[in-house]
Amino acid sequence: MRAHLASLAATAALLSVSMAFARQGKPPTYKYHKDALVYAELAKAPQKARAKRNPLQTDPDAVDAGRNLFEQHCTECHGDFAEGGRKGPSLLVGEVQNAEPGAIFWILTNGVVWRGMPVWSKLPEPQRWQLVSYIKSLGVAATDPGAGPPPKSPSDSAMDLPSPLR
Amino acid sequence: MSIPSFRPFLVLLFLPLLGLFLPGYAFAQENPYIVAYDHYLEEPGNLEIEYFSTFGTQRAGNDFHAFWMEFEYGATAWWTTEFYVDGQTTFGDSTLFTGFRIENRFRVLKREHFINPVLYVEYEHKSGADKILKEGEGHDVESDFLTHNAEARKEHINEIELKLLLSSTFKGWNFVENTLAAKNLSNSPWEFGYSLGASRPLALKASAKRCSFCRQNFIAGAEMYGGLGDRHSFGLHETSHYFAPVVAWNLPSDWMLRLSAGFGLNNNSHRFLLRWGVSREIPGFGSMLSRMFGGHR
Repeated sequence: MRAHLASLAATAALLSVSMAFARQGKPPTYKYHKDALVYAELAKAPQKARAKRNPLQTDPDAVDAGRNLFEQHCTECHGDFAEGGRKGPSLLVGEVQNAEPGAIFWILTNGVVWRGMPVWSKLPEPQRWQLVSYIKSLGVAATDPGAGPPPKSPSDSAMDLPSPLR
Repeated sequence: MSIPSFRPFLVLLFLPLLGLFLPGYAFAQENPYIVAYDHYLEEPGNLEIEYFSTFGTQRAGNDFHAFWMEFEYGATAWWTTEFYVDGQTTFGDSTLFTGFRIENRFRVLKREHFINPVLYVEYEHKSGADKILKEGEGHDVESDFLTHNAEARKEHINEIELKLLLSSTFKGWNFVENTLAAKNLSNSPWEFGYSLGASRPLALKASAKRCSFCRQNFIAGAEMYGGLGDRHSFGLHETSHYFAPVVAWNLPSDWMLRLSAGFGLNNNSHRFLLRWGVSREIPGFGSMLSRMFGGHR
């Protein structure tokens, strides 16, 4: 009986701590600060990783496949249109859109574990490159007047874009 | 079958239905192992509800069906916590609730490396009738399961289990190597075990169209696991070992199915273990709970 109670107490304690980690009641400045720290990780990509070229750059299906993958794995944190969410930063900002594809691939592979982004090396390399293709296509769509809105993006998304992309 | 032992079984059966009513969508893309662990943790804030079954053959006794539910929560990107409840039916005998487990996995390194270590700590409170064979350890052998449920359930086991999970991903392949040390908190020696696994998606590129039967949704592989004796008699003597081809089907509708056919590799092992599992991931569960209890909207 004592073992039961001790185990239940341990479970309750673990849940409480988990909940504390999950609590979102932090001030907005915290979020901006956290996002900046995540963007700063891009700059930490080693030169060798940055220099990698996207092998699927010319694959006509890469963006569509990347969009599917994004919807499956990324929207929960980064928002439906990569505009940023409660947990993850926007991917439409200059820090991401101006980054080398290799640096984005490196972040996808390694995550930013201490800042909440899990590693995504469980996706095979070609799928990570498809994601990179999609993420980079969002910047092209947002900045190129002839390209129309980003896929499935609301018409006012450009108004929400950070200054480097307006 | 007594009513008190049947109630938890009903709960186990109906808990997976919870997943049907919870909102959200997340594609798990997990490896197919049932015993071995890779280094990928649950995404932070997500809850994964999983149900697993094991059908096992038993020489000189009745075959059995053991089952467990897992609730896996990503507390952070480096910490995953899990709660299990498990039970079993021995054919021609009875159905029992056999215990619960609390498990935590901690990612050690900040970035990906060729070999990625994860630390695993588990507390188990189970009865001697436990048959889920979630790991191979010590001198566990097939004949241990011959005891009738009524007798076996009288034994209560409080056990701490530590594992070092090593995992590598290379050119679409995942390789895992887990070592285990378990200690019954009563006066028993440390017991040891291992599990190994390798798996790969059937296609590495994702399809441009969302589909259920695309090859990239299937991950196939194999795992091997068994005991390594205890502190007093370390080695393969009087231990059981299994080899199991495994396959996982990651459905875009957010469900995941796993199937494993395990074969005993020596006379101390069950001849055949058929395992299957179904799981669903609920994204943003932590935030949902937080809002429920007055957190930030």
